Amino acid sequence: MGKTLAEKVWDEHVVRSTPGEPDLLYIDLHLIHEVTSPQAFDGLRLAGRTVRRPDLTLATEDHNVPTLDWDKPIADPVSKTQVDTLRRNAEEFGVRLHPLGDVEQGIVHVVGPQLGLTQPGMTIVCGDSHTSTHGAFGAIAFGIGTSEVEHVLATQTLPQAKPKTMAVTIEGSLPEGVTAKDMVLTLIAHTGTGGGQGYIVEYRGQAIEELSMEGRMTVCNMSIEWGAKAGLIAPDQTTFDYIEGRPEAPKGADWDAAVAHWKTLVTDPDAEFDKEIVLDASTMTPFVTWGTNPGQGVPLGGAVPFPEQYDDESDRIAAEKALQYMGLEAGTPMREVKVDTVFIGSCTNGRIEDLRTAAAIIKGRQVDKDTRLLVVPGSVRVRLQAQDEGLDVIFKEAGAEWRGAGCSMCLGMNPDTLSPGERSASTSNRNFEGRQGKGGRTHLVSVPVAAATAIRGTLSSPADLD
Amino acid sequence: MDKFTTHTGVGVPLRRSNVDTDQIIPAVYLKRVTRTGFEDGLFAAWRNDPEFVLNNAAYAGGSVLVAGPDFGTGSSREHAVWALQNYGFKAVISPRFADIFRGNSGKAGLLAAQVDEKVVQKIWDLLEEHPGTTVTVDLESRTVRAGEGVDAIEDSFDIDDYTRWRLLEGLDDIGITLGHADDIAAYEATRPSWKPATIHAG
Repeated sequence: MGKTLAEKVWDEHVVRSTPGEPDLLYIDLHLIHEVTSPQAFDGLRLAGRTVRRPDLTLATEDHNVPTLDWDKPIADPVSKTQVDTLRRNAEEFGVRLHPLGDVEQGIVHVVGPQLGLTQPGMTIVCGDSHTSTHGAFGAIAFGIGTSEVEHVLATQTLPQAKPKTMAVTIEGSLPEGVTAKDMVLTLIAHTGTGGGQGYIVEYRGQAIEELSMEGRMTVCNMSIEWGAKAGLIAPDQTTFDYIEGRPEAPKGADWDAAVAHWKTLVTDPDAEFDKEIVLDASTMTPFVTWGTNPGQGVPLGGAVPFPEQYDDESDRIAAEKALQYMGLEAGTPMREVKVDTVFIGSCTNGRIEDLRTAAAIIKGRQVDKDTRLLVVPGSVRVRLQAQDEGLDVIFKEAGAEWRGAGCSMCLGMNPDTLSPGERSASTSNRNFEGRQGKGGRTHLVSVPVAAATAIRGTLSSPADLD
Repeated sequence: MDKFTTHTGVGVPLRRSNVDTDQIIPAVYLKRVTRTGFEDGLFAAWRNDPEFVLNNAAYAGGSVLVAGPDFGTGSSREHAVWALQNYGFKAVISPRFADIFRGNSGKAGLLAAQVDEKVVQKIWDLLEEHPGTTVTVDLESRTVRAGEGVDAIEDSFDIDDYTRWRLLEGLDDIGITLGHADDIAAYEATRPSWKPATIHAG
């Protein structure tokens, strides 16, 4: 029997396999940021251990850094301590770091791909659950905890039980104006937040193949939001074209050898998945969340659901609690939901393609007078590219705030937060209670919906602007 | 890591599903560079509510948290495990744990015991009817027992064999792996030259 893509990549990285024990997997790339690494470096120091492969390790500052005044010292002393600790650790252990102010600084999951470090067939880990983003290149990429960060630093390996495999096939083509984000939100509403648990998921089918690398990253990014261990997509010409010429991409004969290998990274025709899901892209529409987990979503044309419509008791209770937290009445059309703040950015939707899409919708229009629009590039490179293209001018002329690179309002850890009761339309990945700030209310949306919502002040799609 | 064999302590019913790691500890509390002191951020948003279970004196000193399905979803922050441990929890019972949370628990020495949802419902009822009731999680026999006498609820729990063994022995994962350093070096010798590196010689 043939192998799935995930099995091929897994098997290529097994250092040691013993019955009754997890496989010991080799890690090709370890990404690090300031929040989940200090205790890991401390552990190394206490045990007198070193970083085994600094040359397979990359650090950046993203989670708690400000997106304003980034050329000044960080105002919050606790955040500053955490960032300073990363800088000290990187220096002591010889790890390459792109600090605030550096041209390669940015969200760790934007930086890896844009440097060309993220490549097909790799194993990539980071102390961040959205590491699944890198699966878009046909890599096995997953988030780990701090104890595992320490383990990878010390050994460049991780003991891992082999997950099951699942195929998610998205047939047909997405209609005009419907994006990768709508696709993955539709999927999560279909599976629930636990539906992918225990699986490495391969996204495949025509609609996936038709996505750009940015779109594929958006889909893989949210694999964790339905519980999957990792999500990946077979590399193809779109992938190779994205990587070629990037700073850390293979060159010359190495490029040819790499591509020859990458072309073998497809699921064999006779391989079997443990589970399969099939969805039709052609029926998908702009999709938004109404609740407090990413599975609580409906089409933008729909309405806030009635808790009574759920058969399962715990779903019903969860819906009641979510409506109460979100301050929403069942039956309200989603398009009538008024938002205070729109956030365009994050490792889900903070890449150049996202900013181009937003700018094309916003150009020549004004942000609603009662609405705040924050546009936060995922990296300094994305910011500079956008400025080269004049996108920053479009945003600023519309009344938006054009910010520096970082995780920003995705997670309520840096100065960019919602106030209690404030409602956002956000291109990020989590609508958990308090995720964007204590008491903040988050609706997850695509970039086009975010842009149109900023103009109208209520949840909208670009079609509503005409 | 300390060995974990069995633990008995006051059970705390957390009657909620999908308790994500942002609920366990919001990001704003993640700025410490130590593994201690995170108890102040545990369930921070809910602790303002006087009705919240941790604010009920009857559950004071609770050390076994009994939660609904999909506990620990979302962020990979191990701080969620540390916050529970720093507060005094030794074990969490849930019908289903998110993968990363379960992995982090095993590494940090917090027992994540997966128990059938119907049993969890019964334990909730018991703990709410008789606050202060103790729950025992016995890792050796993989059993959970709540209450005493005829009303006691007893059932098995799931945990993977490898994690159970490591917890019972109190083993340091890194030490085990470094014992296979030769295998790692042998693997490294076979890696293709075109694999990317972050630091380049010269």
